[in-house]
Amino acid sequence: MEPQVVAFCCHYCAFAAADLAGTMRLTYPANVKIIRVPCTGKADMLYLLRAFEDGADAVFVAGCLEGNCHYLEGNLRAKKRVQYLKKLLDEVGVGGERLEMFNMSAAMAQRFAEAANEMTERALRLGPSPLRKRELVEVKAQ
Amino acid sequence: MTIKVGSNLERVLESGQFAVTAELGPPKSADPNVVREKARLLAGHVDAVNITDNQTAIVRMSSIGAGLIAMQEGLEPVIQMTCRDRNRIAIQSDLLAASALGLRNLLCLTGDHQRFGNHPQSKNVFDLDSIQLVQMVRNMRDEKKFQCGEDMPVSPQLFVGAAENPFGDPFEYRAIRLGKKIAAGAEFIQTQMIYNVEKFARWMEMVRALGLHKKAYILAGVGPIKTAGAARYMRDKVPGMDVPDAIVDRMAGAPKGGAKAEGLKVCVDIINAVKQIEGVAGVHIMAIEWEEAVPELVAQAGLAPRPKLAEPVGAAQQG
Amino acid sequence: MIIADQKPLAEIRQITSRFQKLLVVGCQECVTVCFAGGAKEVAVLSSALRMAEQIDGNPKEIVEFTSVRQCDPEYVLDLADKIAKVDAVLSMACGVGVQTVAEHFPNTFVLPALNTTSMGRNTGPGVWVETCAGCGNCILAETGAICPVARCSKSLLNGPCGGSHKGLCEISDDVPCAWAQIYERMSRLEMLATMEQIAPPKDWSTARDGGPRKRVREDLQL
Repeated sequence: MEPQVVAFCCHYCAFAAADLAGTMRLTYPANVKIIRVPCTGKADMLYLLRAFEDGADAVFVAGCLEGNCHYLEGNLRAKKRVQYLKKLLDEVGVGGERLEMFNMSAAMAQRFAEAANEMTERALRLGPSPLRKRELVEVKAQ
Repeated sequence: MTIKVGSNLERVLESGQFAVTAELGPPKSADPNVVREKARLLAGHVDAVNITDNQTAIVRMSSIGAGLIAMQEGLEPVIQMTCRDRNRIAIQSDLLAASALGLRNLLCLTGDHQRFGNHPQSKNVFDLDSIQLVQMVRNMRDEKKFQCGEDMPVSPQLFVGAAENPFGDPFEYRAIRLGKKIAAGAEFIQTQMIYNVEKFARWMEMVRALGLHKKAYILAGVGPIKTAGAARYMRDKVPGMDVPDAIVDRMAGAPKGGAKAEGLKVCVDIINAVKQIEGVAGVHIMAIEWEEAVPELVAQAGLAPRPKLAEPVGAAQQG
Repeated sequence: MIIADQKPLAEIRQITSRFQKLLVVGCQECVTVCFAGGAKEVAVLSSALRMAEQIDGNPKEIVEFTSVRQCDPEYVLDLADKIAKVDAVLSMACGVGVQTVAEHFPNTFVLPALNTTSMGRNTGPGVWVETCAGCGNCILAETGAICPVARCSKSLLNGPCGGSHKGLCEISDDVPCAWAQIYERMSRLEMLATMEQIAPPKDWSTARDGGPRKRVREDLQL
């Protein structure tokens, strides 16, 4: 079973970077599911928690570089939420390491690929989320 | 000012002589011998000795209890009472007993917050503040009335004092607050330890401008420092303390093994300096856990021998 | 408003451990405003509980709801249908709400998810501080509308203690000295003469010291 990784990407930067990664044929694991949000500030804590409740092994939030958020502070709010949830996920027993925040510009396709690779690697290293009970096999990107 | 209570401290101050008081910290135990030993070190060298009351909110033998033991060794105590641990019922009750046991001097304090002590989870009281406490005790003594207004046939005979911090904030307000304590009835004042003589002198100017030095006896607080580290700690970490760099440098510059001697010299210099300031009626020496230094300090500052103007009540009762 | 903090998750799990079906109910008033027990917090806590209990092998069923207010019977009684279907109620309201629910559903286990602390105000994003002590005898007219009973650590009434330094309370650099603030306000209002008067001992019988308070308006009682 492949690791389930969910990525909340902001329209203006991270999603564009992901797009560019595809165009440039940069490899990143195919099991990363991208959800486009207008801004990472829209990524409610509940979206992130639901992703884990629904079986995600790792989740990341990708937004603009700090200081360059299209909506000014949305990525800073997302950063605080991710910090809060990492602690909560540790207490819950899922593990805060399964959640992370990344920042990138629309041109940084390589950075998006790195983030996707890193979170997939974490999902494999930490094993399936304790909310799932199946084995994982790495699936190479197409 | 006429004699009201007749304690040794009151008589010395009233006579115009420069008074000397010191401090005795009761033990964190039920051992009376600790008090007796400290009292023997101090008896005869000072006019009266403050017996601290759960200082820094650390539980110690009570001030009244330890004061009684000290009195039996020939020392005249100044009982301390904070507002932190007792409500007005307990305070009045304890003061009736203190007077009945022969204790004659009282210092009224607000009290450090219990957070600093060894029982930070306790409930605090602060039914009264120190100014209300001063007023209440004076009314008990002079009007023979309890705080609720009821009369009492025999009132506690206590010479009432309060503390003041010349270095607290806001600076402009400190002399006014002292005025409030004196208006409430404080008859003597002991200040926080002075290292910044110049700032203390400025505070005394404000105090004199309000005529307060004529309404209450002001004793300047001093304290010998043992080490350069202690000097630095007081300068950097203790809120409300003003320790000039010059003092820290003097301590740091002392020869090896000579820190204590330098600390005593620094203290003597401060005593000599504050003696010159108009309105200062005495010194209050706080040699915390260094009570044995007091006789030497008093002697080096030229304040020995001490006059004996009243016998402690307890000593007369001993064989 | 009333300020409260969430209990640690471990404590909430321990309190609810013997119940399999929970109603987690928040409140739209004070605890929403201080982000402790509103609809969002109900959802986040419920999610955390579901995940934690599932991982430990005791899956719980959680019903989520947020009342308009939990301190008035008319809104609390509305919970009846939901309460009938669960083993226990985990209330995310302040202590008042928890007790009101319990009073109207005396055969139900009603548990607190919050530690209620004080009556206070918002001083900046994410910060709420104690402001009123409910002493029952308000002296704000004499102190420039800054309360020393609530905001002075020792509830002093005649000016700052010796521990006041740089406008801060001796107990922590996070706590402003209320009397430094009062002094500054009274200076600005040119009312310093008031501070020179001696405030007498406070009548604490109107405060919690005198017993639980009760307010009655007889004209409203039919």
